[in-house]
Amino acid sequence: MCLSIPSKVVKIDKEKATAVVDTMGVQREVGIDFIENEVKIGDYVLIHIGFAMNIISEEEALASIETYKEILALMDEEQKRQAILDGNNCSG
Amino acid sequence: MRLELKNLYDDFRDPDTIKALAKLIYNEAKGLQKPVNIMEVCGGHTHTIMKYGLKQLLPESIRFIHGPGCPVCIMPKERIDHATILARQPDVILVTLGDMIKVPGSRGSLQQARSEGADVRFVYSPLDALKIAKENPDKTVIFFAIGFETTTPMTAALIDRAEKLGVKNLLYHINHVTVPEVMRELIDSRDEHIDSYNNRIDAFIGPSHVSVIAGAKIYKEFPKRYGRPVVVSGFEPVDVMEGVWMLVRQFVQNRCALEIQYRRSVTMEGNLTAQKQIEKIFEKRGLFKWRGLGNIPHSALKLREAYAHLDAERVYADILPVEEIEDHKLCICGDILRGMAEPTECQVFGTACTPSKPLGSCMVSSEGACAAYYKYGDLLK
Ligand code: SF4
Ligand code: SF4
Repeated sequence: MCLSIPSKVVKIDKEKATAVVDTMGVQREVGIDFIENEVKIGDYVLIHIGFAMNIISEEEALASIETYKEILALMDEEQKRQAILDGNNCSG
Repeated sequence: MRLELKNLYDDFRDPDTIKALAKLIYNEAKGLQKPVNIMEVCGGHTHTIMKYGLKQLLPESIRFIHGPGCPVCIMPKERIDHATILARQPDVILVTLGDMIKVPGSRGSLQQARSEGADVRFVYSPLDALKIAKENPDKTVIFFAIGFETTTPMTAALIDRAEKLGVKNLLYHINHVTVPEVMRELIDSRDEHIDSYNNRIDAFIGPSHVSVIAGAKIYKEFPKRYGRPVVVSGFEPVDVMEGVWMLVRQFVQNRCALEIQYRRSVTMEGNLTAQKQIEKIFEKRGLFKWRGLGNIPHSALKLREAYAHLDAERVYADILPVEEIEDHKLCICGDILRGMAEPTECQVFGTACTPSKPLGSCMVSSEGACAAYYKYGDLLK
């Protein structure tokens, strides 16, 4: 029940403390009681049971993705292949 | 590069990245002096571990212990009975979140109450309760509130909004529980047969969503007082793998710290606005019973005195039973939650107890350990 999906903010109503967000093409209204002041159109937020919980830090998200890419790059082809094969073996 | 949704999905579920991380963990784990038992506190992690077969990707020296899981699964029968009794009152509409639908109490589930004519409504957001209350001024709407730290501010926001709008026909039955107290209980708990559960858990993976709200700081005591490192991790498979890697590194480097893997959303402090809102409306309960684990002190919240008139537990005190109800005697959920047993060790796993007819808490919600094993069990063969 906590599996939050990142959604993009498309409209903000400060009065009502709500925003319209787009989650993979589906639009809905959510409460922004907890992030009222900072949220901007175009931000990515985590939605949990009808409320935006948090703005996802683009910088951090991209940084983690970069880290993972670096980990992969660190391995030579053989290691990479081995890692993938090992994985396949294990999950049957 | 502007952040795109696609990155958030694909990159954090990328099989190659998962396997590369597994490799790193393998290498790192060679430096371990002894096996490490990692408890994932939250069922969301259990689900990811089972769904993506992460268990099978890790060396034998790293074991997962499945934690208390989900606010839905740990809901004791007594509280569900409250919900079904309230739902059956004339002129009452009982509103709760979707996951509560099939959890059985001693008098059936909310789903059953509804099929017998009770007005029970399952919503995706607590704010829907407000709408229902406004549309039904001649009825009493009772919001059966559930969840860890993650969902508590949403209930608080609902109460606050209803008060500001002067909505009078909305009451609350509060079942919000807190994570650090149950973790403490799991470390401290003793059993007459086994001297202590204590040394079963070496480290914790903390759920990111709880800490988005409450901050990573709620786990400070575990490395400090209990010598158990904690890494707060996200729910994507790559997040969980990185979290495990971070923990293994701590053991190899002989460190014991609180760290955040899910830096894209979690800070040490958490969401202060939400915390203030919770403070305003709620206070700690003395005792709260967890299904499978029993009574745990200060592990849940209740409404503050100023909101007592909105508390369905008080308003309906004369019809709500207070006696304790025993868990099913074959069910070993308590042992599973304490890291003493695996779901498959239960005699009735998959036979008398299945997700459609759950006997115990671990089978109840799709995020419970038994339910995850039932659903993804083939992967283990
Ligand atoms: S509902 Fe939330 S707390 Fe419970 S298992 Fe799912 S993610 Fe974890
Ligand atoms: S299989 Fe069912 S009865 Fe057995 S421990 Fe799990 S929930 Fe309890």
